[in-house]
Amino acid sequence: MSQQAGWRSLPKAGVAFRLSTDYKTGDWRALKPVIDYNKCTKCMLCWLFCPDMAIVWDGENVVVNYDYCKGCGICANECPVKAISMVPEF
Amino acid sequence: MTQAVVKPQAPLEKQVMMTVNGDEAVAYAVKQSLVDVVAAYPITPQTIIVEKFSEFVADGEVKTEFVPVESEHSAMSACVGAAAAGARAFTATSSQGLALMVEILYIASALRLPIVMAVVNRALSAPINIHNDHSDAYLMRDSGWIQLFAENVQEAYDTTIQAFKIAEDERVLLPVAVNLDGFFLSHTLENIYMLPDEVVHEFLGGYRKVSKVRVDYFDEEVPLALNPARPLSFGNLDLYDYYFEHKVQQVEAMKSVPEVVREVNEEWFKLTGRRYGDGILDPFEVEDADVVLVGMGSGVGTVRSVVRRLRKEGLKVGLVKLRMFRPFPFKEVAEVLKNAKVVAVMEKGVSPGSYGPLFLEVNTALYDLKSRPALVNYVYGLGGRDLVPDLVEGMIRGLFKELEKGVFEPKLRYLGVRE
Amino acid sequence: MLIEITWYGRGGQGAWTSSNILAMAAALDGKHAQSFPAFGPERSGAPMLAFTRISDEPIEIHSMVYNPDVVIVLDDSLISPKVYAGIKENGVLILNYEGGKESLFKRLGDLPQGVKVYTTPATRLALEILKANITNTAMIGGLMKAWSIVSWGSLEKAVKERFKGAVADKNIDLIRKSHDLTVKVK
Repeated sequence: MSQQAGWRSLPKAGVAFRLSTDYKTGDWRALKPVIDYNKCTKCMLCWLFCPDMAIVWDGENVVVNYDYCKGCGICANECPVKAISMVPEF
Repeated sequence: MTQAVVKPQAPLEKQVMMTVNGDEAVAYAVKQSLVDVVAAYPITPQTIIVEKFSEFVADGEVKTEFVPVESEHSAMSACVGAAAAGARAFTATSSQGLALMVEILYIASALRLPIVMAVVNRALSAPINIHNDHSDAYLMRDSGWIQLFAENVQEAYDTTIQAFKIAEDERVLLPVAVNLDGFFLSHTLENIYMLPDEVVHEFLGGYRKVSKVRVDYFDEEVPLALNPARPLSFGNLDLYDYYFEHKVQQVEAMKSVPEVVREVNEEWFKLTGRRYGDGILDPFEVEDADVVLVGMGSGVGTVRSVVRRLRKEGLKVGLVKLRMFRPFPFKEVAEVLKNAKVVAVMEKGVSPGSYGPLFLEVNTALYDLKSRPALVNYVYGLGGRDLVPDLVEGMIRGLFKELEKGVFEPKLRYLGVRE
Repeated sequence: MLIEITWYGRGGQGAWTSSNILAMAAALDGKHAQSFPAFGPERSGAPMLAFTRISDEPIEIHSMVYNPDVVIVLDDSLISPKVYAGIKENGVLILNYEGGKESLFKRLGDLPQGVKVYTTPATRLALEILKANITNTAMIGGLMKAWSIVSWGSLEKAVKERFKGAVADKNIDLIRKSHDLTVKVK
């Protein structure tokens, strides 16, 4: 994180002064979702359920944005064809 | 009330004389103040404010969105939402209602929302009591709200309008509580002078103007309000990395308040011919006084009438009416009390296990003086107990006797309680 | 000069209302005025108090009235020595009463020196004109006879501000009639 602002320069009222995308929360992850595209039916349920909008449609497939995916596993749980597995990060 | 020296812009003949009670006066002030949202829940003795204002809404006399909420917690929450969206918001409550609001009071001030609230002061339960004292006001003293106290119905009207101007000032951006004593003001009819609507509109500069803020993700300053076109988020999680800085901002903003209150008081004086001391405190006969009384609210008037009488007898007694309790004007209080021999802080509230909250502030204010007056604390009027003029007179005479002996014990005293 | 008035009545008789009307009338006369009830739980029929202050100077006092110049009793059953406690020397007592003088003074006991007493047949007149035992405005008539504290013009204006149409007219009629029938008994 860059130099943090002091109270004199910080915007008033505690409003968010930076975008939440500045905070890459992918490093909170212990398990990461991996999509098996042989099984994926592109039903988009994972995209719908992801609480962090970390599953995106790239035009052809759903893909995980690992910059923001916190590894919660909801996508794997919701996938009706079990195409998503949670695997250890390291 | 100080005599007019400057010619008012809206002279008395252009002001409308009305005979109204304190609650009605507040409702009229809100009606004239171009308030966008009123969210309130009725509670004695504040009820008339809500009743009267909902009449204005029902009769189409105001365009205000009136939200009849199901509790005071929701009333303040609705005001927070409205004010965050850039609206001018108002609510009113008393006692238990204020207690239920407390959680949201801190949020309103920390989000820097210029909400105005009338607090019609009433004792806190138990025992259940609907009458006046200042325990509800003291309950919110650390919540980050500006707290002003009215002495009479006219001042309740004047202060309510002023409160919007103070709260919304760029230098301040903090919520204001206008305190008026339950029943002693809320249900007491007095004749007052009201300004024409358009004069109030002009005084406030029309509808609320939202101030601007600079954030990293917009190229220019944006309105400090919820706005889909320029989204900002309010009420974010703020841990040990930023919470402290935001709190300090809030505390520092309070430092600008006295200056703004003074300015608004002077501007009001030019407009109406009325002012309340310097807006912060209003001394009466203190210059040569040996005994000086300090107080807030409607009781001050009763005390002043006694002081006036005793002055005619030659007793060197004075009175300081405090109009602003938060932020507390330490310097001003020290300055006005520095020549007194004994100061008696009179208040309608207690902090069990300590002295009265007002006493503690005055005590702190006097600490830096090289030679300090003796200081005693009179608690009076709890649960609506009347402040009998004869009792005040006895108290003052007693203080002069103590002054001869030079001993002031005990520090904490009760005025008008049965032993 | 500061004039202080205490009203004794029962909840529902309108003591506070008549106190308000009087204050409004005084304000219309260019005086400073204050009117408030003795703040109790408001129950119909329970004894209650209201206070009026009228002054040439701004009124700064906000306590109850302890030494009234005028005491007005709206309900016959409330007449007792209690009502004139603290009354000023040469104070005025105005009672809703229609009966023998002797029994009245028996009920009043030892009146302080100089206190003037007036009686108004308020109950009878109220029943006659308003068809209800609401004696508040009738007692304003009694007060106007004993001491015209406010002008008739302002009083009528105040009544019209408080009541609408026919009710206002009836009350004004009631005030005038009770004024005429009020007698000084001491």
